[in-house]
Amino acid sequence: MTHMGLLLAAVLFVLGLAGLLARRNLLMILVSIEIMLNAAGLAFIAAGAAWNQADGQVMFLFILAVAAAEVAVGLALVLQLHHQTKSVDADRANHMRG
Amino acid sequence: MPVLFGFAAIIAIVATVMAISRLNAVHALLYLVPSLLAVAVAIYALGAPYLAALEVIIYAGAIMVLFVFVTMMLNLGEASKRQEQQWQPGRGWIGPTILAALLFAAFLVSLLRAGPPTAAHYVGPHDVGLALMSTYVLGVELASMLLMGAAVAAYHLGVAVVGKQQKATEAETAAKVGAP
Repeated sequence: MTHMGLLLAAVLFVLGLAGLLARRNLLMILVSIEIMLNAAGLAFIAAGAAWNQADGQVMFLFILAVAAAEVAVGLALVLQLHHQTKSVDADRANHMRG
Repeated sequence: MPVLFGFAAIIAIVATVMAISRLNAVHALLYLVPSLLAVAVAIYALGAPYLAALEVIIYAGAIMVLFVFVTMMLNLGEASKRQEQQWQPGRGWIGPTILAALLFAAFLVSLLRAGPPTAAHYVGPHDVGLALMSTYVLGVELASMLLMGAAVAAYHLGVAVVGKQQKATEAETAAKVGAP
């Protein structure tokens, strides 16, 4: 059962990675990062369930806090970039001048 | 519980595949919500009901609302969809898929070597709360500071954009009022 949990976490993480590498839309890149963070948290929970310890769930709580902080700052940066370049293309940010 | 976990896992994987492959950002977000809810069910089946509730409230609730709000605010529309179609000739997925498959193979090898599978133990909210407020109390404080910092940073980054937009609309209305 916990092996299946780790397997699901691996599949979700790999899907998030593929999305992160393939997409150029900044919003979709952030979504892929969310999927990967969520998968990492799921792996922690599966490990905690295997060892019968609460530590895995505590780590998931910290990952939740990090994900919330990351998405707030990331989306604010996307707004700022969209304001400057009128696009959500990640490649448009390759000529930032100050 | 294994049956419940299997259902949740299938839904999570299918919904995630749909989410990362949609051209329209709003559709992707709508597919991400069932994916996160299915992961919450999987977490519940693994014996962590407290964290399953938090996943629904924070991930599928708060973070998704943030995403949907920003997507609606950007108002990408039809032009961005056409641009996405130009970006996605299909070949762009080959490299990422190979890399992801390699990583997945590494995961599989390490999982197969991990020894016999164990049953999932139930760890209730009581134990989590005890561990959180005793062993990890410093981590809780650090997480609160991180969230505070993120709030300040997001405000600082966002207020420039929103302030400029407001000034532009004010100037526009002033020009309209002044014109006649």
